[in-house]
Amino acid sequence: MSAVFEQIFQVGFLAAIIRIATPLAFATLGEMFSERAGVLNLGIEGIMLLCAMTGFTATSLSGSLWLGVLVAVLTGMLMGALHALFTVALGLSQHVCGIGVTLFSSGLAYFLYRLIFGQQSVPPSIKGFQTLPIPVLSDIPVLGPAVFNQFALVYMAIIAIPLAAFVLYRTPWGLSVRMVGENPRAADSAGVSVIATRFQAVILGGALMGLAGAFLSMAQFNAFTFGVVSGRGWVAIALVVFGRWDPWRSAGAALLFAFVDALQLRMQASGLGHIPYEAFLMLPFIFTIVAMAVMSRNAVAPSALLKPFRREER
Amino acid sequence: MFRLEVRTSTPAWFNLALPLLAIAATLILCSGLIALAGAGVLESYGVMFTASLGDSYAITETLVRAAPMIFTGLAVAVAFRAKFWNIGAEGQLLAGAVASCFVGAIPMPGPLAMLLMALAGAAAGAAVALVPATLRVKFKVDDVVSSLLLNSVIYYALMALIEGPWKDSFSGYPISPPIEDSANFPVLIEGTRLHLGVVAALVAAPLIWFLIVRTTLGFRIRVTGENPEAARYGGIHVERVLISTALLSGALAGLAGVGEVGGVHFQVMSDISPGYGYSGIVVAMLARLNPLGVVPAAIFLAAVMTGAEAMSRATGVPAFLSDVIQGTALLAMLVALLFTAYRIRRVGAIG
Repeated sequence: MSAVFEQIFQVGFLAAIIRIATPLAFATLGEMFSERAGVLNLGIEGIMLLCAMTGFTATSLSGSLWLGVLVAVLTGMLMGALHALFTVALGLSQHVCGIGVTLFSSGLAYFLYRLIFGQQSVPPSIKGFQTLPIPVLSDIPVLGPAVFNQFALVYMAIIAIPLAAFVLYRTPWGLSVRMVGENPRAADSAGVSVIATRFQAVILGGALMGLAGAFLSMAQFNAFTFGVVSGRGWVAIALVVFGRWDPWRSAGAALLFAFVDALQLRMQASGLGHIPYEAFLMLPFIFTIVAMAVMSRNAVAPSALLKPFRREER
Repeated sequence: MFRLEVRTSTPAWFNLALPLLAIAATLILCSGLIALAGAGVLESYGVMFTASLGDSYAITETLVRAAPMIFTGLAVAVAFRAKFWNIGAEGQLLAGAVASCFVGAIPMPGPLAMLLMALAGAAAGAAVALVPATLRVKFKVDDVVSSLLLNSVIYYALMALIEGPWKDSFSGYPISPPIEDSANFPVLIEGTRLHLGVVAALVAAPLIWFLIVRTTLGFRIRVTGENPEAARYGGIHVERVLISTALLSGALAGLAGVGEVGGVHFQVMSDISPGYGYSGIVVAMLARLNPLGVVPAAIFLAAVMTGAEAMSRATGVPAFLSDVIQGTALLAMLVALLFTAYRIRRVGAIG
């Protein structure tokens, strides 16, 4: 049994958890901002895919990784703006629009990728992000090589968590976001523009989804494949609920899921697969559904989630 | 000056005009992508049309493709009528496929096998849909998220089965063993793939229409969706209606999976559904949640899918155009539905 443990819990295991958690943390924070403002964004799965594609393509054509990241973020913002146009400005139903945005974005991603790169037997790849060890910190035993010898985007995700909490809880804009998500009527009376705030939150969410997509195609896989996102957007939807719409808890949920996922990968690789790996992949979804049933009495979800705001309707 | 006014009623011709408007807008928007690919717009759409609806064989292929989307479209239409937000048709379809494949692999007389496959598939789909409905009724859990997340649970459960205990020992691929030959749905026209399940789908649509428009359950479903408070005041047990709706919706989505197993694939694999559950949402919205409208809407999407492959071969435009068309059509239809809520009225200039 101890041999099994040693095989699983190496330094590399900790590093793998951090790497798996990074795109989930970006995506979860992005979805959280959107939902805190009262807008469920089911477009996340497709938006991440489209951003992974545009970022990869920009890097592949220009050779610049950071230009790719920028393009991915801009793509995410644009798709966020599109979702906000439908759900916030026109007040259309959020869940159906979200599915529409996902179908549209993933279709567009596949279409443009095939148009630009054609059908190749070996999918084109790029030289993705390399690990960037932070001096001194990376020398700390165990923790150092796992946390401080990572891709630049990983450090950005680590910084993004406290930053998101600060923005949401400590800034006037964060207060506006929470107000329009909880009680848009009151926010409107207090002079906060519900429409503008929701647009901003959904667009910021899109930018973070863009970073998630960029990480997948430019640091983790260094290629764009049709399965590059493979349900990570839906995982983020679950993690936001599981993390009770809080940046810290959501990021913690991402880390927990990454731990389970990394464990599953290790067990598969070491041939210890008595339990099918799919059982692990199912866990976040089952946990979230159970958590929703347990939490429902506490009503932690933003009150105005899924509800469009029209000023004239009193 | 123009002004937006809230509409109180919509004329009947809207039911036809709005989807056609949305589809026209979609085709115009997507023609930009065809031009981007350097192909002729009219030529590409022309190939798409002839390859999917141009001759009798093409029509049968399109109908085969439409059948699962008729079922998932009906599933979504029924659910949305009651404002039970079932985004889980994809998972319910997969559950139906697994259950019917399991039953179909048991040796027994063909007709009995087909009947039991349909019953098992419908029951499995209904059982999956029961989860979000129960959670909503008992715990006030949001059905959008719970039904969506269940899709992933069912998908991984299916993968665990076909990569594990249920893996076909002869093929070596992660696919289930095939169903018995006698359980294969009969082909109705020789030389085509037009199977019994397609007819079942075409018959299901008017049956569901009758159920929604002419029966007490249908009335309860509609009232629950339109005004739950009034429904409750009128003595309708809203919770019970939601559960019944979920069972019906899930069973219909499950039948989509039954048709794919019994009539098309004869076994279960990981990509048995290329998102037919999500396409069902597009179909139901284009049909304005009318079960009769589901049939032409599903045929439209199926024609786009079968036509896109031929278009890709002929003009080099990637076949993924059909995915873009699907997403655009849904969004365009949602925007078009604004015309049912508002009307643009000309008013005299102020001052």
